[in-house]
Amino acid sequence: MLGKLKNANLDLLLPEPLLPPDLESYPEFHSKYINSKNTNALINLSHGTTTLAFRTSQGIIVAVDSRATSGTYIASQTVHKVLRINSHILGTMAGGAADCSYWERYLSILCIKYELENKKKITACIASKLLANIIYSYKGMGLSMGTMIIGGDGKTLDIYYVDNEGTWIKGDLFSVGSGSTFAYGVLDSEYRFDMPIEESIELGRRAIFNACFRDAASGGGVSIYNVQTSGWAYLGRFDTSDLYWNNYKK
Amino acid sequence: MTATYDRAITVFSPDGHLFQVEYAQEAVKKGSTAVGVRGNDIVVLGVEKKAVAKLQEDRTVRKIALLDDHVALAFAGLTADARILINRARIECQSHKLTVEDPVTLEYITRFIAQLKQKYTQSNGRRPFGLSTLIVGFDYDGTPHLYQTDPSGTHFEWMANAIGRSAKTVREFLEKHYTPELATSDKETIKLALKALLEVVQSGSKNMEVAVMKHKQPLKILETEEIDKLIQEIEQEKEEEAEKKKKQK
Repeated sequence: MLGKLKNANLDLLLPEPLLPPDLESYPEFHSKYINSKNTNALINLSHGTTTLAFRTSQGIIVAVDSRATSGTYIASQTVHKVLRINSHILGTMAGGAADCSYWERYLSILCIKYELENKKKITACIASKLLANIIYSYKGMGLSMGTMIIGGDGKTLDIYYVDNEGTWIKGDLFSVGSGSTFAYGVLDSEYRFDMPIEESIELGRRAIFNACFRDAASGGGVSIYNVQTSGWAYLGRFDTSDLYWNNYKK
Repeated sequence: MTATYDRAITVFSPDGHLFQVEYAQEAVKKGSTAVGVRGNDIVVLGVEKKAVAKLQEDRTVRKIALLDDHVALAFAGLTADARILINRARIECQSHKLTVEDPVTLEYITRFIAQLKQKYTQSNGRRPFGLSTLIVGFDYDGTPHLYQTDPSGTHFEWMANAIGRSAKTVREFLEKHYTPELATSDKETIKLALKALLEVVQSGSKNMEVAVMKHKQPLKILETEEIDKLIQEIEQEKEEEAEKKKKQK
């Protein structure tokens, strides 16, 4: 059966989340089966993360950790939390891993569709708005995503924060996830718009490291990307324990 | 037993024609003429105003509609169908702004209208829209455009075009007189549109409505005095041309 049409694009039908027959509403479904406060919860979503992105005169630095947890179990230390939407736009993952990776993959499809129909590259503004509108139509149904859409169309360069509440805001510095407070501490004290690029890479790395150090749900390693108007570049992954013993141990 | 409309009205003929679409195009040919000309910095729409009955309010049956601040549309054909299309297009212009944070490009809104028209040539229980449209305006980056759609759902970009009654005559006139140099002058562009309309419309500003648009400026409907002045200039130029030809002989 066709799901309810939530999206104006009739040709790409959005999946309708199905409820078990005995339940009336999504909040009920969540408190019964998903919320980890309930010891009978059958589903434990992967949560916990630290991601950040900030803009300098030299472009945008994106840094993320790579740990996925379900409850106190570390499910993985090598999760890719930066999703490559196209050659010019990145998306970050925070919150529910499945929600983020699925919807950002769906966003890649929408970006291709936009470029084919309009014969021009998509900007981060449009891409993030498309994602935000989709997420908003599922508001209240339990999606968990705090994502940043970073990049541009070759001429623009922006960071947009989009979350499961429907927030859509543009900014120059964001940190998202359970470890974001720790990352903000490091970022806010050292951030300047006109930092040279090596300094900004180091700042991003140190901010994520600090979050991995203090937040149990963040860790694994720090992956860093640099985004310019010409596109994104992967700068490498730094293992957190290496960073501690070789660089930051006091 | 069911009241559902499950049979298509637009079906193929044995030799590959969609007769309903062609009949819709006939309806367009009966509508009052509309002319569009694209200059380098200005776009002009001119429509033939059918004479209103004595007792009817001349609240001008507006044949030029604004779809957004930067897009205007003139049509030829069924007025009632046009109202529906225009409403849908107006909503789409705003919806586009909401979802994509940018005003529509002319190409996008033309494509939307054309796709809508095409959908109605392939839907159960629906007939095609009986109108062609001329869509003019400026994209966000300042480039002017003139597009035409027709009942079959195709759309094309033009430098100058006419639709409706005697469209062929007017189009031939435009082909003869449109030049790239003319496009550089706002006044000449407006005068070309007027001259083209005068080919089929009885002379006088009472029988025509002309609207111009420039980048980042609202659509301006020319006053009757302005049109009269331009028509006077055109007639003067014609006389001078005629005298020159006589002298040459």
